[in-house]
Order: sequence, then structure tokens, then C-alpha cells
Amino acid sequence: MLEQQIVNGLMLGGIYVLVAVSFTLFFGCLNFLNFSVPALFMLGGFLTWALVSEGVPWPLAVLGALAVAGAASLVVERLTWRIQRGGPPLVPLVSSLGFLILFENLVLVRWGSDARALPSPFGDANWRIGELVIGLPQLAGLLLSITLVLGLQVMLRRSKLGRGIRAVAESAETATMLGVEVNRVVPRLFLLAGLFCALAGVLFALSYQLVSPYMGDQVALKGLSAMVLGGMGNVWGAVIGGLVIGLVEVLAIGILSADHVNIVVYGILLLILVVRPTGLFGDPELGKQKL
Amino acid sequence: MSGYTAAILTILAINLIAAYAAWLPLAAGQVNLGTAGFMATGAYASAVLSNEFDWPLWGAIGAGALAAGLLAVVIGAAVLRTRGLYLALATLAFNEVVRGVLINLEVVGGAAGYPVIGYVGLLPIALCAGGVFLLALWLSASRLGMTLHAIEQDETMSGLFGVHVPLTQLAAFAIGAVLAGLAGGLYGHHFSFVEGQHFSVLLSVTIVLSVVLGGTQTVWGPAIGAAFFTLLPELFRGAEGWRYVLFAAAVILVMAVRPQGVVTRGMLRRAMFPRRRAA
Repeated sequence: MLEQQIVNGLMLGGIYVLVAVSFTLFFGCLNFLNFSVPALFMLGGFLTWALVSEGVPWPLAVLGALAVAGAASLVVERLTWRIQRGGPPLVPLVSSLGFLILFENLVLVRWGSDARALPSPFGDANWRIGELVIGLPQLAGLLLSITLVLGLQVMLRRSKLGRGIRAVAESAETATMLGVEVNRVVPRLFLLAGLFCALAGVLFALSYQLVSPYMGDQVALKGLSAMVLGGMGNVWGAVIGGLVIGLVEVLAIGILSADHVNIVVYGILLLILVVRPTGLFGDPELGKQKL
Repeated sequence: MSGYTAAILTILAINLIAAYAAWLPLAAGQVNLGTAGFMATGAYASAVLSNEFDWPLWGAIGAGALAAGLLAVVIGAAVLRTRGLYLALATLAFNEVVRGVLINLEVVGGAAGYPVIGYVGLLPIALCAGGVFLLALWLSASRLGMTLHAIEQDETMSGLFGVHVPLTQLAAFAIGAVLAGLAGGLYGHHFSFVEGQHFSVLLSVTIVLSVVLGGTQTVWGPAIGAAFFTLLPELFRGAEGWRYVLFAAAVILVMAVRPQGVVTRGMLRRAMFPRRRAA
């Protein structure tokens, strides 16, 4: 049923949107491809499960998981961007990959590598329109993603922090000279972007009720693809990219099979990059700097 | 030599070849996250030649490496127009497409993997790794090596000085892919088994970043990086579950202390021409 698959695709896309926005914040503002994003996503989802299974009520579990992931993102800032800025741009990538391995294996040591099932806190909360089934938690997640992205857009335009972030994105040196406290703005950016992808992990866990230490790897690759597909330096590009990748993935599963998903999704990404080397809606100047 | 030592040395030699495969484009400022895709191409192509066409071992491995190089010329011609992160993502997408195709290709066993007839031991693999190192040493001192370094420093300027930038980048990309294909062919014929799952994007990312950790400025960097990423997890084997936690902490620590990579140009210069300190 095509309508059902479109609905499912958009729900999945909402999660990719959050991950893509997180990547955009790191990359668009700091030129930093942050490989710790999959780990922060996983911490959000996995720790929600861990706390719920310890008997913590789920709203508190979600808050706890987000708090840990946010703190983790601040640690990443201290040991990557803060000490390595101005150097070769690939270096923070190595450290962030180190953090990906670190966080995944810390979870692995404590809880093992099995996938765990998270009981749905909402029971069977579905909204039925004729034959169409819309999961209410997923719908709420999608609306929350879009709202947060809208809020982020307003925040970047209007607030002092947003202006600081945009100034750092232009040039950290000039921003410093103009009185922006870079070492206060950048940790907040890490916190914000970290919370976005951790929240994506929470939504993923609540929607699909399955978590594992490696749950972030494939999702983050799709989120990264969504950012590149939409084009960088453009929050709306990330939104459209995320929704498109979600739709393509679900339709590829429905029409072909689950085994062909990656060929279709990444094949389309490769094709678009060959035809339009800066993504669909990208600012042609962004993202071409040396990695 | 114990079986364990031999096994580790074999993996080290294969990883060393893969590291130089990623280093060549990196020296020209291109991040190729498709290295594992080219390894898979070499591994599967040589395996098919060995299994189905009864090619002699080294003929099959050599042809597999060339197949990876040819594929790189085709892919490179299309994706090398992209820059920076877009290039990294285009090669990453290529990697996932190759893996997806191999996993679904039933003639080579699909997701279950593909057994390979023929066996290469440690000694020939180590000789190959040594040969690749010498090749890299020669390349880095050659005109191509200097041109790559110039492009890495400033693409526009190199073009103005008469360097054919796209052709040089394509050459680095394709030679890198040949080395990756060689690493893949050796891998398949050593373990007598290949499976698509092994050649993931994470493998590509790890290879590229191990080179950055070793240092991209000199020809020694990739060797140090490959050794670090292969041997350190073995050193921590006694720590059992904590093994990769310790390894990750070591990676973060090394990059915090030596953000230019372990081996830098200045360090080599100081080692070769020690200056007496003024009294």
C-alpha cells in the first residue's frame, strides 16, 4: 500500500532530519565532520532503554539519556575542536572517530552487544484513517523534529547565541576580534547539536522499540547523506534531504526488498552528486573547503 | 614464529597496503572513503578469476587489482569534480553501492560470502607490502609525488603553474585503487573467503583516519598509522572487553598530543640532520 509506505517513510525521515541538522551544525559552522554523532545518537536511544529497564519512568529516562549524551558531546568538544582548531582539518575527525569507538565500547562493556527491545510506553496508540495506520508516537516525533528545526532556524537568526554561532561560522578569528567569546559559543553549539542527534536516537528507540550499541552507524550515514543531498549551509536542505532519504528507503524496501535499500539510497546520492556536485539546494561555496 | 604472530603480521601487511592506497589521494588533498569498495572489487574479481576461470594465483590477484584501478578511472572521472566533503560522501556512497551489489549478487554467494580457491602465505604478502612501501617511497620523491603535494597545498596555484590538476588527481585516485584492489585480492586469497559485509564504510573511514594519525606529510605516516591501528588492539588483548576502550583512548590521546600526525616533515628533518644546540 503506497500511502502507508509514504507515511512510514516520512516518519523515518523525521529522524534523519534531526541527525542531518546535527551534522549541519557541526559542519556548516565549524567545518568539522563529527564522527562521534552516531555514538551520541546511540547514547540517546540506548540509555533510554537502560534507564527504563532499571525501572525509571520513561520521561525521566529520556531526560537522563539526553543529559548524558549532551555531556558526552561537551567532552568531545574539549578534546577535539578546542585543542585542534587551526590545524589540519582532518585531525579532529580522527579524534571524533576515537570517541565513536570509545562510547560504543563503553556501552558494550556494560550491556553487551545484543539488540534490546524497549517496551512501548504508549501501548498501541495508532490513528486509523480507513486502511492507513499512523503511529501516534511517530507522528509526534515527526512534528517535534520539524518544530525543533524551525525553532533552531529562528534561534540562529534572532538570539545572541545564534548570532555568535553564525559569526564563528564565518571566521572564528574575526569573531574573536569582534568580541564573541568563541570558547563559550562553541561548547553550546556542541551541546545543541549533540542534543539534536541524541533526541533522534530517543525517537528512534521509542518508534522502533529496538536499541543496540551499533544502532547509530547506519542511521548516521543516512543522516549525513541527507545533509549532503539537500546541500550544506541550509537547514531546509537538511529537512528535505532527510524526508527524501526516509521516503526512498521505505519505498525501496516495499518495492524491491530490504537487501536492496543501500544500493538504491546510496546509488541516488552518488548520482545526484555526479550531476550536481554541491547537492540539491546547497550554497555552492560551502563544503568545498579541504576536509 | 607462532601462528598468532604470523596471523597478526599478515593482517598488518594487508593493512599497510590499504593505508598506502588511501594515502595517495590524501596526499593530493582528496578524502577517499571508498577504499574498502576498491578492496572489495579486487577481492571479488580475483576470487572469481581463481574459482571460475582457473587463473594462476598471481595472475588473478594482479588482474583483480587492475580491475579495481579501471573502476576507479570510471568512478573518478565522474566524482572527482566534487570537492571536500562532497567528494568524501560521493566515494562513501560508491562504497555502499559496491557492498550492496556484492551482498545481493548470488553468483558470488550473496550475503553468505564466497569461498576462494588458492592460498597466499605470509611471506609473499609481506613482500608485496614491502614492494608497495618502496613504490610509495619512489612516488613521493618523483614528479608525481611533488605535484600531488603542490595540489594539496594550493589547487588553483598548481593549475596556474601548468599542472594538469584533474588528470593528476585521477592518477592518484586510480593508483590508490590498484593498491586497494591488491590488498583485497591478498586478503581473499589468504583467508580463502570473502564477504561483502567486511568491506564497509567504517573500514574505509578507519583506513583513511589511520593514515591521518600516522601523518600525511611523509611516506612513513601510513606505515606508522597501520601499525598503530593493527598492533595496539592486540597489545590490549589482555584487557578483554576493555580492549577497544583503551585503544580509543589511545587514539584520542595521540591526536591531542600530536595533532599533525605522529610523523611530521620537521621531525624527519631533525632526525636526519641533528643540529648541535648552541652552548
